[in-house]
Amino acid sequence: MEKAVIRKSSNHINQNEGLIFERSRPGRRGYCLPASDVESMPIESLIDAKQLRDDDLAGLPEVSEVDVVRHFTRISTWNYAVDLGMYPLGSCTMKYNPKLNERVSRFDGFAASHPYTPDEMAQGNLRLLKALEDSLAEITGLAAVSLQPAAGAQGEMTGLMTIRKCLESRGDARKYVIIPDSAHGTNPASAAICGYAVKTIKSGSDGSVDLDNLRQVIDGDVAALMLTNPSTLGMFEEKIEEVCRIVHEAGGLVYMDGANMNALVGVTRPGDMGVDVIHLNLHKTFSTPHGGGGPGAGPIAVTRELEPFLPSPRVVEITDANGETTLRLDYNRPHSVGRVRAFHGNFSVLVRALCYIVSLGPDGLREATETAVLNANYIAHHLKDDYEVAYPGKPMHEVVFNDKRQQAFGVHTLDIAKRLIDYGFHPMTVYFPLIVPGAIMIEPTESEGREELDLFIDAMKSIAREVRENPDLVKHAPHNTRIGRLDEAAAARKPVLRWRPASSAAGQK
Amino acid sequence: MRYIPNSAYERDLMLQEIGVRSVGELFGGIPEKLRLNRPLNLDPAMSESEAITWFRQLAEMNQTRVTGGRVSSFLGAGAYDHFIPTVIDTLISRSEFYTSYTPYQPEISQGTLQAIFEFQTMVCELTAMDVSNASLYDGSTATAEAVLMAERVTGRTKVAIASNLHPEYVEVVDTYIRNAGISRVTLPFDEGSGKINPESLAGLSEEIGAVIVQSPNFFGSIEELQRLSEVTHRIGALFVVVVTEAMSLGLLKAPGNAGADIVCGETQSFGIPMSFGGSYCGFFATREKYMRQIPGRLVGLARDGNGRQGFVLTLATREQHIRREKATSNICTNQGLYALMATVYLSTMGRRGVREAAEQNLQKAHYAARRIAELNGFSLRFTGQFFNEFVVSTPLAADDLLARLRQMGIIGGLGLSRFFPERSNEILVCVTETVSREEIDRLVAALEKIAGEA
Amino acid sequence: MADNPENLQYTKDHEWIRVEGEIGTIGITRFAQEQLGDIVHVTLPRSGSSFEASESFGEIESVKTFSELFIPVSGEVTEVNEALNDSPELVNDAPYDGGWMIRVKISNAAELDKLLSAAEYDDFIAQQSGD
Repeated sequence: MEKAVIRKSSNHINQNEGLIFERSRPGRRGYCLPASDVESMPIESLIDAKQLRDDDLAGLPEVSEVDVVRHFTRISTWNYAVDLGMYPLGSCTMKYNPKLNERVSRFDGFAASHPYTPDEMAQGNLRLLKALEDSLAEITGLAAVSLQPAAGAQGEMTGLMTIRKCLESRGDARKYVIIPDSAHGTNPASAAICGYAVKTIKSGSDGSVDLDNLRQVIDGDVAALMLTNPSTLGMFEEKIEEVCRIVHEAGGLVYMDGANMNALVGVTRPGDMGVDVIHLNLHKTFSTPHGGGGPGAGPIAVTRELEPFLPSPRVVEITDANGETTLRLDYNRPHSVGRVRAFHGNFSVLVRALCYIVSLGPDGLREATETAVLNANYIAHHLKDDYEVAYPGKPMHEVVFNDKRQQAFGVHTLDIAKRLIDYGFHPMTVYFPLIVPGAIMIEPTESEGREELDLFIDAMKSIAREVRENPDLVKHAPHNTRIGRLDEAAAARKPVLRWRPASSAAGQK
Repeated sequence: MRYIPNSAYERDLMLQEIGVRSVGELFGGIPEKLRLNRPLNLDPAMSESEAITWFRQLAEMNQTRVTGGRVSSFLGAGAYDHFIPTVIDTLISRSEFYTSYTPYQPEISQGTLQAIFEFQTMVCELTAMDVSNASLYDGSTATAEAVLMAERVTGRTKVAIASNLHPEYVEVVDTYIRNAGISRVTLPFDEGSGKINPESLAGLSEEIGAVIVQSPNFFGSIEELQRLSEVTHRIGALFVVVVTEAMSLGLLKAPGNAGADIVCGETQSFGIPMSFGGSYCGFFATREKYMRQIPGRLVGLARDGNGRQGFVLTLATREQHIRREKATSNICTNQGLYALMATVYLSTMGRRGVREAAEQNLQKAHYAARRIAELNGFSLRFTGQFFNEFVVSTPLAADDLLARLRQMGIIGGLGLSRFFPERSNEILVCVTETVSREEIDRLVAALEKIAGEA
Repeated sequence: MADNPENLQYTKDHEWIRVEGEIGTIGITRFAQEQLGDIVHVTLPRSGSSFEASESFGEIESVKTFSELFIPVSGEVTEVNEALNDSPELVNDAPYDGGWMIRVKISNAAELDKLLSAAEYDDFIAQQSGD
């Protein structure tokens, strides 16, 4: 066959680097503190000797500032990142992280404010929280928002707890949560923490909720249906209103996983569909950075009926005798589910999300949604001859293929994903949703221009050709990375989860 | 829209190419009556310069050490104002770190993975434990996860929690256990020392699966961990130590050397801005024998086919995406970038710097405590030894005193009545290395003046 | 596929049992370990614990998934394969030999009659993979 043409990337020298501990040399230092300006007392006169450290912190490194900067800069270059190119990760919405958001989140008045700053001295923070709550309420079409949950999974848990509290106030918390088989793994894990058993329902032949199956399993013991819309297959749940009606008529509530909100913002609103609770992933739809795995933020939006049950505290407006309004944190919330984390949520993430919303405005938010959906359809159109589409129908913001055609050559989804790395791309989402064997899930987001999309399409087509002509090349990919496929089985059998100095490592098994 | 590369013209071309007449047609799957046929009711887009101005105004409405009148602050209670070396923000601002995804693809995520491995090692060193995870949301959720793990390990559904544990942490634990079939009892603290008396644990029932204490505790007192762990182990329960002020680990005996089975808490003190309470970075460490019960992500060493060393996410079968409702936790992310901040901090400060910073906290807090205790009507509420926080008994209502201090540009600490209504004449005061002697002296003078006028 | 030893009996959960007197040795089948992939950890009960037929007696983990282990017949555990602690890969390499998991004192031999023979199990997995 012809040699593959890789246009997006080329091999490039990168630096080797050991662990920071291996750079350590006695006497080096990377810090400079001012001398203490108070009279010192002997430490042992302040704290009993038996309460003091006796290991002299020997395990921490001694390095200069130059060592620190070289070390972390070098290892940083081993990462792929949004600023280097497209992340086709379905369900993850790896969009561009605007630099302005980074700048404003670091403003001194935000960064240096203590969470227990008295309300009247933190009016800027409280206004910011209120503005974000109001914006997310409008975007979701729901009445009230809590910004406290630290991530999507915690938002799910908080949302379900809110539902539970509401049902308890109606007299019966009920027993089950219904979850489609296409859902994220966090859904059943969150349900378990809220004390609910899970009933799984199968997806219909088009990947949507099977209404007959739903009617069969629903009864007076069902607390809620957890639903992802668009589904994890990237399809809008066309019968969403009917789904909500069935659940509501049985006395249950509808929880929507907002992971795929990037397909809907400005076009349709969960509150208008009949949804009672939704969580939003600010690190997906609202552009806050993933940071190599966090921090994110997972606010929830709820109906008016559910508002009293939201986590404590809430931001409230107080108008004084002169008609002046100030904001306060209200801790007097007798019906609240309580707290799900200390303080007020991942504030620095919330600043970024609000900055994104005000920078786009209503028109920009809609334009982002439309472009994200167009980009996914563009990819679906160009790859449908090379990869089998998992479910027929028009995708929204992401498209799911499978590896059936490639399996005939002994090549699996994982191999295709790894080969994509050689072409200069991060792999797509693989083997999710679980209902699609060998799933290949692609979400380009609105952040990709046509050239990058075309490079990606070319790469995927080229890999499909390699699968037919030289499957071994694909099966042993990646070939151009610093390291090859790692032996994950050996790593899990005898886990090494921390560094030890060579001298003591000998004593370890 | 500057964040969208394709122009409207290019998008039209793409629509034509895929045979779609209009953008509206792409949303054909959404029933007509569910479409929002109006713009969202939000303010029109701000330009970049307008947004900067607006956010700056909001930021400057906040009164902090650097904005809005430049107040002095003696607030601690789970969030601490420590000096942050410049290199931290420089390094975490590298796009390769902050715009990268969770490191599921090790071949192109070695930077993140290695940094987490270094984080895990540093947490183990500081706590003297065997295994650390890759971080959790914050100290409070780490504490809740410790409670859930103790139930998994011991099969016992009761836990005993110190009454001088951070009240918001206790609230979070309550939220997590309410529906998990776990109940808690409260361990009283000694009114004299502010500490948990190990003798008082002697009567604990063997139904208790974990004893959870904070040290230094919410009032700042250093607990007697060794003795507490001995009593705890006598009833076969796990001993969990929560650390909200990680800087104290620079000076105080590592909980792992005092018998702890789980050490968890908050790393905010290591280079993470206070940021009105988040994002922060919880840590969680335990003994090797409980490795497979630990919640959250773990990074481990691995080798490729050519024997080259690298790092991978490992022991993934504990996690929600595999185990679903049987997972050890519903947590999906860690706090990757913030774990990196702590790692850069601990590298930069290093063995000597962490110790030096911790000592300065100790000395400055004790200087302040001595000066305040000398004032007429003021005294230290508890006799327990402390690190950088202590409770002051005040001659007038703490809320009034704090209000007067604010008028003088000082946030004098946290009035304890916020969490303990009966403690209306007590203030929790924190002094870190960033507070100057001049500021302490100003606080002392202000207290004297206010008390004299009262 | 049809190399499942004739002298063993099988369950539809893919465990096998070898009966010698009143003692049964139990493990998982070649088919089961192939489906799981590289085994990284096996959690087994303590000697002396008792289980009813079809109860879960432990758990097996591979890199990407896990599965519960179900006991073919009721009985008390008399011995546990300690070698699996350090070398869980024995389940992959020798499922019917070094990869055995527990020995039990069988409390109700009548339950053995309900188990599958090697030929029946071969048919069963042929159907499974045909799906």
